[in-house]
Amino acid sequence: MLAVGLGHYLALSAMLLVLGVFGIFLNRKNVIVILMSVELILLAVNLNLVAFSAALGDLAGQVLAMFVLTVAAAEAAIGLAIVVIYFRNRGSIEVEDVNMMKG
Amino acid sequence: MNWTTALPELVLACCGMGILIFGVLNKRDTFLASSMLTVGAFLLAGLLVLMAPMGVGFNGQFTNDAFSLFVKLLILAAAALSVVVSLDYNEHTNLKRFEFPVLILYATTGMLLMASSTNMMTMYVGVELMSLSIYVLAAFARDELRSSEAGLKYFVLGALASGLMLYGVSLAYGFSGSMDFLKLAAALSDPAKASPGLIVGLVFIVAGLAFKISAVPFHMWTPDVYEGAPTPVTAFMATAPKVAAMALLLRVMATPFGHLLAQWQQLIVLVSVASMLLGAFAAIAQKNIKRLMAYSSIGHIGYALIGLAAGTPNGVRGVLFYLFTYVFMNIGTFACIIAMRRKGRAVEGIADLAGLSRTDPMMAFWLAVFMFSMAGIPPFGGFLGKYFVFTAAVQQGMWTLAVIGVLTSVVGAFYYIRIIKVMYFDTPAEAFDVRPGSLSFVAAASGLFTTLFFFFPAPVVAAAEAAAKVLFH
Repeated sequence: MLAVGLGHYLALSAMLLVLGVFGIFLNRKNVIVILMSVELILLAVNLNLVAFSAALGDLAGQVLAMFVLTVAAAEAAIGLAIVVIYFRNRGSIEVEDVNMMKG
Repeated sequence: MNWTTALPELVLACCGMGILIFGVLNKRDTFLASSMLTVGAFLLAGLLVLMAPMGVGFNGQFTNDAFSLFVKLLILAAAALSVVVSLDYNEHTNLKRFEFPVLILYATTGMLLMASSTNMMTMYVGVELMSLSIYVLAAFARDELRSSEAGLKYFVLGALASGLMLYGVSLAYGFSGSMDFLKLAAALSDPAKASPGLIVGLVFIVAGLAFKISAVPFHMWTPDVYEGAPTPVTAFMATAPKVAAMALLLRVMATPFGHLLAQWQQLIVLVSVASMLLGAFAAIAQKNIKRLMAYSSIGHIGYALIGLAAGTPNGVRGVLFYLFTYVFMNIGTFACIIAMRRKGRAVEGIADLAGLSRTDPMMAFWLAVFMFSMAGIPPFGGFLGKYFVFTAAVQQGMWTLAVIGVLTSVVGAFYYIRIIKVMYFDTPAEAFDVRPGSLSFVAAASGLFTTLFFFFPAPVVAAAEAAAKVLFH
């Protein structure tokens, strides 16, 4: 039976971060998937913070994790609201259609 | 626990709540009244910033010092001027909603928090309070496709950047055992023993902050968001958040990571050179003046970063001074851009300025002052800012950086002076609508400031110097 240590948590969190970043950059379909990827990144950070907090025996990491959860909720609300008004104006939320201004 | 240190922020947050309630309960249109209340709240906060006790509060989470004082006053001035600039624009474009000034107020509260943060936690909360409010502001013209697209782009890239910054914070916390800036600095006092995890965390944090100041590898959002967002929001985004994020970057680099100067200096030099080059060359081909201002702001951030790259109190003084001149010339330019309106419709092309010197000599004059100042031509404020950062670089023997700076400002002068040429020598186009008093006031006030500054820079230089000394004790 393998003991789960700090290294395992860090590896998992790094994997989640990479998944999230790739989800944003390689995704060519839907803006909602991007919102999910952003949440994935924040969850990776939370896992990191809680693992470090437990390993260091210091509560600050868990306190910041609470803040991150709150901010993530606010961010999701704002993100969905912006997607809704974008859909009303454009009639689509395909990533390839977000191209009115060049760049 | 000394909570009075955070009095300005607390009062601003309460004012925001109060104005929201006032706006909701009133059946009539309250845009003007809430804007005035917001400006009043900024003035009150400015007074409180001057009176708040210096020192550390909230167990090291929050610090008032000469640095935060300088930055906070600058942020409040920029935010108040942005609200004034928005009055007339929002009136004409059907954005007359009381939430607008309140969102600016909350974003400003976040920025004040950033200026005072001496702990990763305060830093994160401040950055997010600022960013979340600005995402909404960018998409504020919700019936307009351009604005909602700007909001969407800014949101996606901004959320990614704060996610990366936060990952850096978690690594820095884990490998040093603390989120406090001073404890981090103590943990890093021997750079040779700094763990690689900590360095990776540092890179992530720099990347997140570089996004907020739109320095080069993270600038992609800037032109689109500047162009799409309603113009007063662009004016706000180009001034106050840049100051706050740059101040935070200065503090993070100087206090917790000060001993790692050798590690981050190369990074900042590269970012600075790339920003200056992009700002100078990409702006040449632009036809939309808001897009041009976006590239111009990228270039200005490159110049300001020269001071940080020098890594000395003199360099930081240069950065603060640069930001000071940058805020006033930018807000003045945007006041002129907002005044560009024909038959009630806003126009944004550089060609629309043709022959402005004959149709509206005052506006042409002020815009010419701002353009000369941005190009860094001597009798104006922008020259002094550039002078201070370049000399700081030269004192550290960074000749290449200073020379690249001078060369790119010559290239930059081309497109600034082209605007002056269009205004003074081209065949006049149809005149603009009559300028409202609020815009003339902001343009004239910041124009006078930019011009007369050259003769009386001493108080600002002294304040910037005191602020810079705090970071290097």
